[in-house]
Amino acid sequence: MTALAADQVGVVLDGARVVDGLGLALEDGGWLGLIGPNGAGKTTFLRAVAGLVPYQGSISLGGDEVASLGRRELARRVAVVPQLPVIPPDTSVLEYVVLGRTPHLGYAGSPGLRDVTAARSALARLDATQLAERRLGSLSGGERQRAVLARAVAQDAGLLLLDEPTSALDVGAQQQVLELVASLRADHGLTVLSAMHDLTHAGQYADRLLLMDGGREVAAGLPHEVLTERLVARHYGAEVRIVADEETGIAVVPLRPGVKAREPVS
Amino acid sequence: MASVGGLRARLFARPERALRGLSLRWGAAAGAFAVVATLLGLALGPVDLGVWAVAREVLSHIPFLGVESSFSATDDAILWELRAPRVALGLLVGAMLAAAGASYQGVFRNPLADPYLLGAAAGAGLGATIVIANDLGGARVDLRPVAAFAGAMLGVGLAYVLGSSVGGRQTATLILAGVTVASFLTALQTYVQQRSSDSVQEVYSWILGRLETSGWTDVLIVLPYVVVSAVVLLWHRRLLDVLAVGDDEAASLGVPVARVRLLVVGAATLGTAAAVAFSGLIAFVGIIVPHAIRLMVGTSYRAVLPLSLVFGAGFLVLMDLVSRTVVAPAQLPIGVVTAFLGAPFFAVILRTTRTVGP
Repeated sequence: MTALAADQVGVVLDGARVVDGLGLALEDGGWLGLIGPNGAGKTTFLRAVAGLVPYQGSISLGGDEVASLGRRELARRVAVVPQLPVIPPDTSVLEYVVLGRTPHLGYAGSPGLRDVTAARSALARLDATQLAERRLGSLSGGERQRAVLARAVAQDAGLLLLDEPTSALDVGAQQQVLELVASLRADHGLTVLSAMHDLTHAGQYADRLLLMDGGREVAAGLPHEVLTERLVARHYGAEVRIVADEETGIAVVPLRPGVKAREPVS
Repeated sequence: MASVGGLRARLFARPERALRGLSLRWGAAAGAFAVVATLLGLALGPVDLGVWAVAREVLSHIPFLGVESSFSATDDAILWELRAPRVALGLLVGAMLAAAGASYQGVFRNPLADPYLLGAAAGAGLGATIVIANDLGGARVDLRPVAAFAGAMLGVGLAYVLGSSVGGRQTATLILAGVTVASFLTALQTYVQQRSSDSVQEVYSWILGRLETSGWTDVLIVLPYVVVSAVVLLWHRRLLDVLAVGDDEAASLGVPVARVRLLVVGAATLGTAAAVAFSGLIAFVGIIVPHAIRLMVGTSYRAVLPLSLVFGAGFLVLMDLVSRTVVAPAQLPIGVVTAFLGAPFFAVILRTTRTVGP
């Protein structure tokens, strides 16, 4: 079944058409990676799906138009992990994860035991039980991203929107976070739509990729169809080598223009 | 700062308490604090009525307890006609300023925000000054509260319109708009004040804050505003916790951010305007009380907001007691006492405030 379908989506911000005629379909349990240079409209499209900016055209979740869903109903179906989450430093991780239960509470309702249990189970799924009592301000970048993901998991929504989920992390933490998302998807059937800067990660984790430039789709398909040296050169202005084999999967290696690689020192 | 940081770390390392919301222990402590402050406020002054005698007198009015009062008619008049209205006004104003401070801090995600943000105080000051300087209403009608109330609402309204027109939902823009409006209204207030030098002393007396009342009437006028405001703020206390993650994230968690902000700012401003209309400008209560509570119970508004109401009430009564006893038989303006304590406290908060990026 189609979890997310977009047709002719346009978003205008301050008079500029940031997303223009975008269409896509994402099946239940799928992972679609949005790639494209800075300013391509990836984040804005994610914000439109989350109901945070008005859009033209159609975005539907399981057949229901996003614009017609109430804010709370939308939050029960879509969880967002923003690129730069606001982290209240003195809040404990558990309290922060419980905030993910907000769409399941009444307007002024308080979280009950069920919500605290859901939050603890989200932390356990992300292998972060030991962080529950820590203050957010005391966490490392990777631990913080785990907390943010746990909040999204506690939200219990079927569609997870990730905006550059690894942008502030070192390579080890990047891998851990993406593996966590992959396992959430595999174990719990989450559908994932993510904007990604790292093309190697995009190629290795997403089932399909959609390359955007200037608010429009310029290519879409399987990772090896979209990640080509020609398309990357044309839309990112970058010289890269695409390395792909059975063992390592796909990798996008940036080259220094006009400089031949030095011989490795033996 | 290490000791303050260590204290915070130790106190915040118990999150389950905050998850349960307001604990019985802290609720009881706040209640006891307010009761003790009230008894001291009623008992002490130029005539010492005695704390136990006051307690017995109060209990003697409760049926079926069988407690006998030892009060003379004079003591009775001092207690019920002079001190009790003053203490009651102090309780209401203190509760309102502290709860409004906590709410502003939550809604603007700014730990230094207080009820006087957004031009409320400057507007109230202008309104009261116009009435005092022009002797409007004469001796028969006290128009100061009405004018202060209108001025406070005008100040906040202007700040909100200016902030929304230039910065949309940005909280920083709203705060800057508040500062801009406050500067402008303060300039107007100073102009009006200087034009009529006869009334400068009276203007200052109001601006520095005082809790003298004209009896129970003032208390009864302020009461409904404080009750309505407190109910709305308490109702939104959990949503203030959600706003801590920013407008966009709160919206993606299903919170109607603009509506919550409008309701909370509206309720806090309405209550503050009603309070300052009678008490004058009493600064720092909205900073000192919520921050002291955060040090004790953590950052969740589910605990901070109700405790701010109760501790704030007791706190202002104690400050009033200091203001009328420390240089007795003269009285210090209560705003001077709260500023004397509040400014150093504000500096400590400023130094310990941390912002953590993603």
